[in-house]
Amino acid sequence: MDILKSPATDIAAQVKQKKISAKEVMSAFMKQTEKHNGNINAFITVNDKALQEAEKVDAKIAKGEEVGPLAGVPIAVKDMLCTKGLRTTAASKMLYNFVPPYSATVVKRLEAAGAVTIGKANQDEFAMGSSNETSHFGGVKNPWNADYVPGGSSGGSAAAVAARMAPIAIGTDTGGSIRQPSSFCGLVGVKPTYGRVSRYGIVAFASSLDQAGPMTLNVKDAAAALEVISGQCDHDSTTSAQPVPKWSQNLNSDLKGMKIGLPKEYFTDAIRPDVRKVVDNAIQIAKSAGAELVEISLPLTRVGVPVYYLVTTCEASSNLARYDGVRYGYRADFSKSAPEDIADFYSRNRGEGFGLEVKRRIMLGTFALSSGYYDAYYKKACQVRRLLREDFLKAFAKCDAIMGPVFTTPAFKVGEKINNPLQMYMNDIYTVSANLAGIPGMSVPGGYSQEGLPVGIQINAAHFEEQKMLNVAYAIEKALQLKEVPNGIW
Amino acid sequence: MAYGNWEPVIGLEIHAQLQTVSKMFSSDSASFGGADNENISPVSLGMPGALPVINKKAVEYSVKVGLALNCEIKTQSIFARKNYFYPDLPKGYQISQYDQPICEKGYVDIFVNGEKRRIDITRAHMEEDAGKSTHHGDYSLINLNRAGVPLLEIVSDPVIRSPAEAAEYARTIRGILRYLDVCDGNLEEGSLRCDCNVSVRKKGETKFGTRVEIKNVNSFRFVEKAIDYEIQRQIDSIESGEKIIQETRLYDSTKNRTNSMRSKEEASDYRYFPDPDLLPVRLDVSWVEKIKSSLPELPLARAARFQSAYGLPEYDSTVLVLEKSIADYFEVAAKECKNPKAVSNWIMTDIMRELKESEKDIEHAPIKASQLAEMIKLIDDKTISSKMAKTVFAEMWKTGQNAGDIVKAQGMSQITDAGAIEKIVDEIIAKNPSQVTEYLSGKEKVFGFFVGQVMKASKGQANPETVNDLLKKKLKV
Amino acid sequence: MDIMIDVKKVADLARLHMQPDEESKYQAQLSAIFKYFEEVALIDTNGIEPLTTPTEIEQVWRADEKVTELTTEDALSNAPAKSGQLFRVPPVV
Repeated sequence: MDILKSPATDIAAQVKQKKISAKEVMSAFMKQTEKHNGNINAFITVNDKALQEAEKVDAKIAKGEEVGPLAGVPIAVKDMLCTKGLRTTAASKMLYNFVPPYSATVVKRLEAAGAVTIGKANQDEFAMGSSNETSHFGGVKNPWNADYVPGGSSGGSAAAVAARMAPIAIGTDTGGSIRQPSSFCGLVGVKPTYGRVSRYGIVAFASSLDQAGPMTLNVKDAAAALEVISGQCDHDSTTSAQPVPKWSQNLNSDLKGMKIGLPKEYFTDAIRPDVRKVVDNAIQIAKSAGAELVEISLPLTRVGVPVYYLVTTCEASSNLARYDGVRYGYRADFSKSAPEDIADFYSRNRGEGFGLEVKRRIMLGTFALSSGYYDAYYKKACQVRRLLREDFLKAFAKCDAIMGPVFTTPAFKVGEKINNPLQMYMNDIYTVSANLAGIPGMSVPGGYSQEGLPVGIQINAAHFEEQKMLNVAYAIEKALQLKEVPNGIW
Repeated sequence: MAYGNWEPVIGLEIHAQLQTVSKMFSSDSASFGGADNENISPVSLGMPGALPVINKKAVEYSVKVGLALNCEIKTQSIFARKNYFYPDLPKGYQISQYDQPICEKGYVDIFVNGEKRRIDITRAHMEEDAGKSTHHGDYSLINLNRAGVPLLEIVSDPVIRSPAEAAEYARTIRGILRYLDVCDGNLEEGSLRCDCNVSVRKKGETKFGTRVEIKNVNSFRFVEKAIDYEIQRQIDSIESGEKIIQETRLYDSTKNRTNSMRSKEEASDYRYFPDPDLLPVRLDVSWVEKIKSSLPELPLARAARFQSAYGLPEYDSTVLVLEKSIADYFEVAAKECKNPKAVSNWIMTDIMRELKESEKDIEHAPIKASQLAEMIKLIDDKTISSKMAKTVFAEMWKTGQNAGDIVKAQGMSQITDAGAIEKIVDEIIAKNPSQVTEYLSGKEKVFGFFVGQVMKASKGQANPETVNDLLKKKLKV
Repeated sequence: MDIMIDVKKVADLARLHMQPDEESKYQAQLSAIFKYFEEVALIDTNGIEPLTTPTEIEQVWRADEKVTELTTEDALSNAPAKSGQLFRVPPVV
């Protein structure tokens, strides 16, 4: 029982000290998964070799071999990351039977650190969504309250950790897909600086925004996992040679000397009052921890949303062109009616293989890139993106970290689209800007809503300044000492 | 080839496969051949999550070619995605370069009908090759070995004015690529591909006519024929009141015609945008300079040197430098026998002829450069006559033996001793009194008879000049 | 200004089969979303270079060496249809 409550770094320590075997750890989390996954649907595929792989870690330890900082830790891996020999679907019918012959760099690094994949986490199809309701494999329930969504697109990852089916999950974040579900499910979720973590082997959604990151129970685990997966990769030209600091060893809850920027454009009436209360409280905690609060301005905040949708749909329309049923993936049934020509073959495969949201975004992107529209839309969006990034560079001349909400509300109900259009619009603003600018961002639990649902706090830092961001989160975590777990988890 | 009042406007797009070990954006093998789908990787298969990483050598080769073509080498260029769907295009887009190519504004000088002409080159850009599809009636098969192989696309300005010029331009480009050792330039095998853009307009007209692209032209001869056919087709069409449709046509070499591809008429919308998986290509000026200084002497410069150092005419020089191996051969031979003009003549006529017939390249010729030099020395020191040399040459080509050995073995030495020749001349004159009379009565043509008889009697070995001199002297009486 | 999106043309370009009744539905949705994009047009971007990669990253190239990462079997392991070692599709021409 205790092992399910332990953070990942503690589990690894115990496994290395041989106080518990990796196999026992995996068995416990497997049992928890068996207990809850049928209901929560956090995993699309459970790794049937998980126990074997855990045994291999034990064998290495028995031989006295080096096992790494996440030895024996079960990991829920978002189904956007290729895992060799284990089905990878991106939650799409298009890849319903795809078994990759290779693993993503992130997966390889986790394995080298001793971690073992327990299952492939559910998500919105091709990471397009914010509620995990577009998955071909069914929606995911928020472990805190089954009537509510876990958030998205990394909904399964968040639910898996919240329900203690795994102590760590890896998600991906293109416009908030790690931070928002982390907020909805009471987790720490980190989107690193663009270029920190290799995208090789991760199904591409929007190449210049996507980043993988950890979703954990505490800041230290997140920092440790981030260290494992970060670093230049010779298979990804967009990774940085910046050295990877030992974030987990340098966590400091004393924020003296730090300036925290509060963007005036973020704090509007769009935020639900109970959420606003939680955010304000966290800001005061940071102040008590020694930080100086500074008002800053990010004037282009609002336009971040259309820029985000333009850039991501254009890149995605091209990234998803490879899904055609030729070399792998879904192929329509042509036994009753042969395709008219090769174009029809493609159209039927893709028309049937992709869900509505994905098709909508592909068409948006295709249109925006098409002849006559490129300059006015995609190119223009890229120009504004540069200005947005400059906004942040100017802001970080005045502060070390930025704080604000992750979302205007806590989790919303399954099937419900938030009825307040201003709220809907403002929500994306808090998260997409970090992806557009390439800066790191994270969510840390800040408290609960009036319904008792988790509410997260967002922290951003300048490029490659994850330590500052993690320290602020660490201070908040230390002060709040939140202990609640979802009902019925044990 | 004259087209009356019509002026052809031609531009060539040449795709050169760069001879790298691995592919443009991945480490799988770029070599030709290989078992079906052997040279592959997640990247060249377009698998989920695969990402491109630039092959440094491919960039180096591209810079080399750009420099050799007198282009501006851009210190920053961008890879862009060209989006379209085709089964041999695994990602559903080709990584190419669009509005910021690596090379721009170059030129190359070519020789057509003895005249030098400068052909401007618009640009050269890097891209990756697609795989291969084969068609079998009710299905097609895809092999991705070739997918991702590095290509350099060289685009000429539409300033080529005749099919012959086009072929010559293509040959010249090929020659340069082979000089640089970056591409083996094989049109038949496809390591060099030539697409021809053809339009026509009335002489004096400045506006361009509608352009047609011709593909599937896989030899220099076909370049000429295909373009000529297309020009004629367009002229005929316009003159009978038809409009030229902008399209892509395929050349049929068996019927010598171009055929419409008859695919959907909509022009493809490639939706080019900068590839977000790649950073802009930034070139270090000092690296480019280093490449520039390591360039081999290029055809044009070498031709100039042949003229000044060896006194060869411009035409000879230009022909000799087209193939680096031929130019190398020439220099070895010329330095040894010190008669460059003779070496040039022998190469341009006899050796080229033999190479063509036996389908060999000069590196595999049975006569090595130094052997040619030896043979020429024997002519120059009058050991053999130039006529005899033809026979010796033929024997050398057949057996690979040295000239000297052949001459010795066959006792072929030229007879230069005037006394010996005089003896034969006297004999022949004595044996043919009636011909003597004929000649002396004015029939000049009979002289040839005597020459022939003397040569025959001497087994072809008498020095022809001496024979002529002596006969003239003796028949004067 | 309302953008008239030719849904059929876009769907063809994107190779997405569309049922006849879907066209008008997508038409409405896409046009509505595009209206949001008009905000972007109002920003002054005179002289601003478009941004693709948001972080400053050093250029890295690959040495020209052959590395075999997959076997042919791996390559074909997910093929929906094959003939020998080749991918099989309906006739292209």
